[in-house]
Parts: sequence; C-alpha cells; structure tokens
Amino acid sequence: MSRLPLEQKVLSENDRIAQRLRERFLARGLFCLNFISSPGAGKTSLLERTLERFPTGERVALLTGDIQTDNDAKRLARFGFPVKQITTGGTCHLDARMIERALEDWPLESLDTLLIENVGNLVCPSSYDLGEAAKVVVLSAAEGEDKPLKYPAIFFKAELLILNKTDLLPYVSFDLAQARANALQVHPGMEIVELSCKTGAGFEDWMKWLARRRESAKAGTMLASGQV
Amino acid sequence: MHELSIANSILEAVRKERERLNGARVTKVGVRIGELAGVDPEALSFGFEVLVKDTDFEPLPLAIESVPRRHECSQCRHVFTVVDYRMDCPACGSTDSRCIGGDELELAYLEVEEL
Repeated sequence: MSRLPLEQKVLSENDRIAQRLRERFLARGLFCLNFISSPGAGKTSLLERTLERFPTGERVALLTGDIQTDNDAKRLARFGFPVKQITTGGTCHLDARMIERALEDWPLESLDTLLIENVGNLVCPSSYDLGEAAKVVVLSAAEGEDKPLKYPAIFFKAELLILNKTDLLPYVSFDLAQARANALQVHPGMEIVELSCKTGAGFEDWMKWLARRRESAKAGTMLASGQV
Repeated sequence: MHELSIANSILEAVRKERERLNGARVTKVGVRIGELAGVDPEALSFGFEVLVKDTDFEPLPLAIESVPRRHECSQCRHVFTVVDYRMDCPACGSTDSRCIGGDELELAYLEVEEL
C-alpha cells in the first residue's frame, strides 16, 4: 500500500474554465457580478430596479439561472437589455461551463457589464467560481439575522452584502444591527448596503457601489493591459 | 445539495489518476474540506458512496479531513484557529487579522495497492 499525495482542487476543472472566462472579461474590460441569495430574497427584483435606473444605451446584459421556468428572464427582458435564461434542470447552482456555453453566441465586445443571477440557494453557488469580478450576496428582512453565521461560506466570499426588504422592518422581528454585526463577524470589513426594492430607499447607495466597483475593475483592467 | 456533483468531480479525478497509474487499484481517497467551503461532509460521503456503488471502484472509502478557519494576526503574525468566529489574536489580543485558510476543497491523496 502506498499513499500518493495529490494536492489539487476538487473543482479544478470549474476553476480552469472560470479563469478562462475571467481573462476574456478582463481583456474586453467587461465587468461581471455574480448575485447569490436564498430563494425569494429579491435578486430578480434588485436587478429589475437596477435595470430601470440604467440609461437605455447602457451596455449591460444578464444571465439568470433557475432550476425550472424562464419566469425571471421574462421579467428582466422587459427593460430592453439582452437577457438569457440558463435552466439548470435540477442543478442547484450555476457553474463556469454553463456560463461559457451561454456566452458562446453573445458578442462580448458589445458589453460593459454582465450581471449573473445565480440559482436561489445560499449554499451551493458559493463553491463555484464563474469568473466574476465579485460576488454579491442578498439577504432580506424576511429571513433571519443569523444567516451569516449559519451560512458563512457565501458571506465570507461575497464582497458586498445587500440587506433587502428594509420596508418590512416594522413588521418583522429581523434585527438589522445584529444582521450587520453577524456579517462583519464572518467577514470583517465586508461592505453592506441596506435597501428596499419596493420603496427604492437606499437604492442610491447600491448604484454608487456598482459605479465605483465598475470603475475600480476598469482601472485594474487598464493596469493589467498597460494602458496607464 | 451540490455535494453529489462535488463527489462526482472527486471520482472523475480518481479515474484520471488511475489511468495515469496504469489501472492500479485505488483503495482510499483523501480530501480536505474547510469550514468555509460550504460543503457538508456527511452529504459528500453519502454522495460518494452512491456513485461508487456497483462500479469497479467499489469498495473505495472517502476520508474527509475537516479543516478549521485560520487567521494570521496583522500585528504579531501569530497564526491561530478561529473558533466560534472569535478573531482576536490569542497571542497579542489584536483584533486585526486576516484569513489565510479554511475554504479548502482539495483532493489530498490516493492510497493505491503496490503493483
């Protein structure tokens, strides 16, 4: 009997494809975000309200993942930006190969921003790199403030936490301050935005974060390609 | 429940290694899973068992090493294990530290029978 050390990542195949995607995005100055939350936290609503605020000429496209139905793609297509549904047919997360396949017939040159709405699930999507610049996790006031402690993987890996449905705060026992504290405990220094997709409160903070993050990604791209 | 697809990735990697080793008999596979990996060891074990059943890999036990979250103190460089999200340095008390491990999802080793 002999023991052979392997020391390789279990998802090395996914990581390899994700890295290939990331390089393609970087080469074209395309900014990509991966939105993750439990079902019903408000990812699609967040994207709807975000698209509403984009000028018509904005070069943005969306990929939306679901186990079944193209309901989300229909909701998002109303805003006139290109949308493609990825139906995973039972799989609880998107992986890099699904993204690569979905982008096959899309002219990436014509895009500045790609927003990926993952399958509603707070656990599985956190393991799969999609080549994004950053992960954004959405948690709503209709859930529990202890979610960051219970599902640390995604709160650790996401750059931004969006606390959604703040309009419900007067009616539910969700402790906003504790939710923030819990997220910061798992991920010290994590950026947090509170908003309500329903009333629009706090939305400017999110749009500012998006613009700022997109600029810093662009600056990174220019740095990498020697344009500055 | 993405543990089944992760179990499948593990088995695929074992299959590749077995080919590379000219069909040597693999008797055990070891993986390392960090507490921040978002992978449930029990579900992974179960998924792996199901995939291996009735194949020429059977029996193939999966040994899972669970790895805690580790931080390095930014002040005194002490490396410590984070328990219950307590991130202050046990050596100097500083609350400024950075995560240096705990999200591992790695194939650690294979045990094979000598040819």
